Amino acid sequence: MNHNIELNIELYKKLYLIRSCELAIQKYYHEDEMKTPMHMSMGAEAISVAICHAIGDNGQIFATYRSHASFLAKTQDIDYFFAEMYAKDTSPLKGKGGSMHLCHPKYDFMGTSAIVASNISVAVGSAFANKYNNHVGKIVVVFFGDGATDEGTFWESINLACLMKLPIIFVCEDNGLAVHTNIPTRRGYNSITDIISKFNCSTFDIDSTDVLEIYASTKEAINIVNEQHHPVFMNIRYYRYLEHVGINEDFDAGYRSKEEFESYIELRKDPIELQRLRLIKLNVNVTDIENVIDNKVSQSVIVAKNAPLSDISETYTHVFN
Amino acid sequence: MRKITYCDAIREATIQEMERDPNIFLYGIDVPDHKGIFGSTIGLQEKFGKERVFDTPLSEDTMSGFGLGAAINGMRPIHVHMRVDFMLLAFNQIVNMLSSYNYSSCGKLSVPITIRAIVGRGWGQGFQHSKTMHSIFAHIPGLKVILPTTAYDAKGLLISAIRDNNPVIVFEHRWLYWQEEEVPEGSYTIPIGDGNILRKGDDITIVATSWMNVESLFAAEVLKEKHDINIEIVDPRTIAPFGNDNNSVGNNEKLIIDSVKKTKHCIVADNDWLSCGFSAEVASRVYDKCFDILERPVKRIGFANTPCPTARHLENEFYPNAKNIIREVEKMLELSPTDLSKESFYTYENKFKGPF
Repeated sequence: MNHNIELNIELYKKLYLIRSCELAIQKYYHEDEMKTPMHMSMGAEAISVAICHAIGDNGQIFATYRSHASFLAKTQDIDYFFAEMYAKDTSPLKGKGGSMHLCHPKYDFMGTSAIVASNISVAVGSAFANKYNNHVGKIVVVFFGDGATDEGTFWESINLACLMKLPIIFVCEDNGLAVHTNIPTRRGYNSITDIISKFNCSTFDIDSTDVLEIYASTKEAINIVNEQHHPVFMNIRYYRYLEHVGINEDFDAGYRSKEEFESYIELRKDPIELQRLRLIKLNVNVTDIENVIDNKVSQSVIVAKNAPLSDISETYTHVFN
Repeated sequence: MRKITYCDAIREATIQEMERDPNIFLYGIDVPDHKGIFGSTIGLQEKFGKERVFDTPLSEDTMSGFGLGAAINGMRPIHVHMRVDFMLLAFNQIVNMLSSYNYSSCGKLSVPITIRAIVGRGWGQGFQHSKTMHSIFAHIPGLKVILPTTAYDAKGLLISAIRDNNPVIVFEHRWLYWQEEEVPEGSYTIPIGDGNILRKGDDITIVATSWMNVESLFAAEVLKEKHDINIEIVDPRTIAPFGNDNNSVGNNEKLIIDSVKKTKHCIVADNDWLSCGFSAEVASRVYDKCFDILERPVKRIGFANTPCPTARHLENEFYPNAKNIIREVEKMLELSPTDLSKESFYTYENKFKGPF
């Protein structure tokens, strides 16, 4: 167990920030002012926080339409986040992105895609540019779901990155579901990491909600990329708390049960709760931390709600550079 | 001035740009092999090294995303597809990703990538080695689409494409690779969006794309000789942006409209199928802006509305040529059909012996 209190606090702050933002979305979504399809990260926070924190300032992130957690973990820019959710003039994206298309290059959050798997090859190209330009130690991380591993371009991208020995970490956020379709319905093989391990790369198979454990594995992965000069593939299990798109639970839909969810939480624990208990054991005043974050998030939502919508003329800008 | 071929003009433009900017790299299936994309990339790997000129796995979609990722990260990729048909495997990346990255990032992540795609024709290329598809890509906001016709165009437009901060798709007709022309040795650019009056005339405007310019020029010579008709040929060269789309400043649409205002007649000869194609776009704009002065309806000439057959005699039926243009002009001007029995219409068909 890592007793580095500062690290544990930093990780918890990011975890709690993400959860607090998504709780705010749940609170205000019914007002229909955030007119953007929400693919919520709830349950996946430990993966994004651990990896983005481990990568720090020397890495670029590519993600998917389900990117609230990775966006906030990497940028912590909640004003940007809520301004874009509300499509306000104060958002640097001016409402062109919404929940599914966040990007923030200033923080090396290089973009997201709502076409499953289509950002994986883009991340590989970025890693090539970093290697070509001798940006030693700069690593690209690409997040995608287990559904993406069904796509041809996922395998092509793994092949390409291994062939070119690129500094990239592939992170499969494996919730066992492609929308509502489970893995046994989609795969003609048993273990993705077994298959990927046959490529010239290293693999990690993680089934944990413990941010510290994933953080340690990511540090190891970074060392492998830097020292062995080949890509890493990490498969990290988590449980998607909510429906595929939307802010509600959908355990009544029939494709999974509340009991399944509850037994998962019983076994693995909620990632925020797990880290919270660790801090309490370390005698950290978690309530103070949480209050500060909750206040910031509330303030950010108010500022976003009060800002004017982006100008209609934005429709026509930036078609070309 | 020295003369070089269209193919060598492409190669020369690539070399000069790669010497100028180390962020440019060139890649694609078979780019560095001994055939070098019909000669257009020959010797470039030897010249610039394996880091900057390389072959790829057969993964068109992924290699397009790869180019996008490199482009938003400061590089200027040139991705080559030996056939337009093969580029279709990358349709998702080009249409869903490359076209909209700049827009969705509000200009924070621009995509300076050039995609070269070769249009095949003849000697059995058939329905999977001969597609043109330029209209399909021109339909997508955020993509620029150029169709160089001459060797001079090929060099100047390719240099512009490489320097452009947006995705530019270059459609290169395989048969144009042999065109020889005076081409300046130094570097020069032709602005994307600017058309070209390929031949001046007062009687009929023919708007032609890519290979159809060659057929139109031949038709114009015959019509001059047989009927004393003066054809004006306008080659838009860029079909997206077209006119003032997205605040473009190119003159391609204006050249067409100005020409039709002068000749009062318009035929569009597109190197493509007609339905929902660029020819329909031109016809629509001409009707919109020249409605009162047109003396005849706009006519369109293009491929038969079928997949491209492989057999030579069927190909001859599938592709329109100068003869079709001559007959269309005669109909439009109510002239009796001239005797064409002594004209030779299939010189390129006879020249091209394949295999690709």
